Amino acid sequence: MKKKSRFARYSAQDKALLLTGYILLGLFVVAIIIPMAYIIVGSFMDPITLQNKGIVFDFEKWTLTAYQRVMSNSQIWIGFKNAVIYSVVFTFVSVAITLLAAYPMSRADFKGKGLFNAIFVITMFFGGGLIPTYLLISNLGLLDSMWAIILPGAFSVWNMIIARTYYQGIPNDLKEAASVDGANEIIFFFRILLPVCTPVIAVLALWQFVGMWNSYFDALIYLNDASKQPLQLVLRSILIQNQPESGMISDMQSTAARAQLAELLKYATIIVSSLPLIVMYPFFQKYFDSGIMAGSIKG
Amino acid sequence: MSSNSVAVPEKGRKKKAGLHNTLLYLKQHWQLYVIFLLPALALTIIFKYFPMGGILIAFKNYNPFKGILASDWVGFKHFQRFLSSPDFMTYLINTLKLSIYGLLWGFPIPIILAFLLNRIESKGIKKKVQLVLYMPNFVSVIVLCGIVRIFLSVTGPINMLLGTQINFMTMPSAFRTIYIASGIWQGAGWGSIMYTAALSNASQDLKEAAVIDGANIFQQIKAVEWPAIKDMVVIQFILQAGNIMSIGFEKAYALQTDLNMKTSEIIATYVYKKGLLDGDYSFSTAVGLFNTIVNVILILAVNKIVAKMNDGKGL
Repeated sequence: MKKKSRFARYSAQDKALLLTGYILLGLFVVAIIIPMAYIIVGSFMDPITLQNKGIVFDFEKWTLTAYQRVMSNSQIWIGFKNAVIYSVVFTFVSVAITLLAAYPMSRADFKGKGLFNAIFVITMFFGGGLIPTYLLISNLGLLDSMWAIILPGAFSVWNMIIARTYYQGIPNDLKEAASVDGANEIIFFFRILLPVCTPVIAVLALWQFVGMWNSYFDALIYLNDASKQPLQLVLRSILIQNQPESGMISDMQSTAARAQLAELLKYATIIVSSLPLIVMYPFFQKYFDSGIMAGSIKG
Repeated sequence: MSSNSVAVPEKGRKKKAGLHNTLLYLKQHWQLYVIFLLPALALTIIFKYFPMGGILIAFKNYNPFKGILASDWVGFKHFQRFLSSPDFMTYLINTLKLSIYGLLWGFPIPIILAFLLNRIESKGIKKKVQLVLYMPNFVSVIVLCGIVRIFLSVTGPINMLLGTQINFMTMPSAFRTIYIASGIWQGAGWGSIMYTAALSNASQDLKEAAVIDGANIFQQIKAVEWPAIKDMVVIQFILQAGNIMSIGFEKAYALQTDLNMKTSEIIATYVYKKGLLDGDYSFSTAVGLFNTIVNVILILAVNKIVAKMNDGKGL
């Protein structure tokens, strides 16, 4: 006997409501896909047609010019390299510090918990602000150092709370079994606790990586040296300030041709820079639910 | 203290025993403090609490050669200058409008998305839809604003479609719409994750029972689905409403053009320009402090209001 679909059991009125809802959902999905598809298709077109006629499916005229120019640009590669280094180091440092701190904070018997909690939580609502932080970084001699963008945000109170909540959800049997064996805190933490926390570790790591990869403000204020700039700052000059590095377009004769090429380069740059994360994230999708739920229930 | 231990009265001895126990605890559990907690604590004190001390310069004329402590006090001069300037109201209102409208438009959409996702029966389709919905979250602010600028440029697809030549990016009246719509495009799907997860954890039996009882969709939502996410909605609302004044710098700055400043200049971008581009450190710090204080007041107020509405349960 085949079970009747849930949709068939709805009343006519409900069906109409639901259908409207699905159509809106469908439109939203299409609205997400169209700009992405437009950029992808546009990146292969020749700049003159693109500017005059928009997207034309004239496959014979498709070129890889934009990609060749983007890929052969050293500033983009430097940006990529820096972004990878900053994001990997930041993710590692940040997740390690956060997971470590969450452990004592998750224990009911930890002395001083209230005090430490207050110290941490206050910083979620109150801070020195831009200039005092800038002056501190400057006084520490961290300007133009990657630590200027890594250390200040490395410990996230919010992520600590999420990790703490996740630890607290782990059955006590595990802890008791471990103390019978005489395991000390460090061995317990690394050998027993962390291995059962994969979902929350994966989600925190993804958040921190994506956050660092996609941000530009800290780099904008702390890193002036062109060789230190991460990808997003390079993108900013191409996409927002309309100033691609002159080497990318200087061989074009007319101003108009340069402008058209600069426009086309935007498309290819968007694709090249966004691809790593877009490709990476589906592998993390299975952890989203359990990892994010851990943090969302308690505040 | 231990040298006169013979003479200590009863109360003092108890205190001493307490101290002794604490020391014993610390000795046994030193790892918890030194290895687990210290890195986080050190970063917090250096990078969060030290700058709080730097707030002093909001009440001084900061002189880089004298340093923070030796610079001259000026009291509330910088605050007065900011609060009495004609720009103050503009920036404050721009900030408030941008985030309040953003909250009002942006907050319900993830919840609606979650309700709809929850009713998709095919697991395969649901997963594919989710994959698409979450994707824009992984696009950076710069790329998002780059796409927006391409689409809205005079020769871009929107103008081509409309057959017009409007330069949207230079229109002060278009800025908020652009900012909020692109925010929804990017964040609504991602924002629905926790609601979706909570809904799929809601009791399947209850849902079935409601359907068999002949409840229509609104009744089902009211009886089964809304209770499953209500607490979460409240918490999310408090958090987001509390962040009204801390609306981010990055996106507003990336969508600003010389011509749309009338609506696009918010306190965060103003603080950056005044402080780091013009070097007016003290004034910029005062503006930033004003922003932070308003934010703290807002958080406390929102928490109180919600607690009142929610049977005394706030955060």
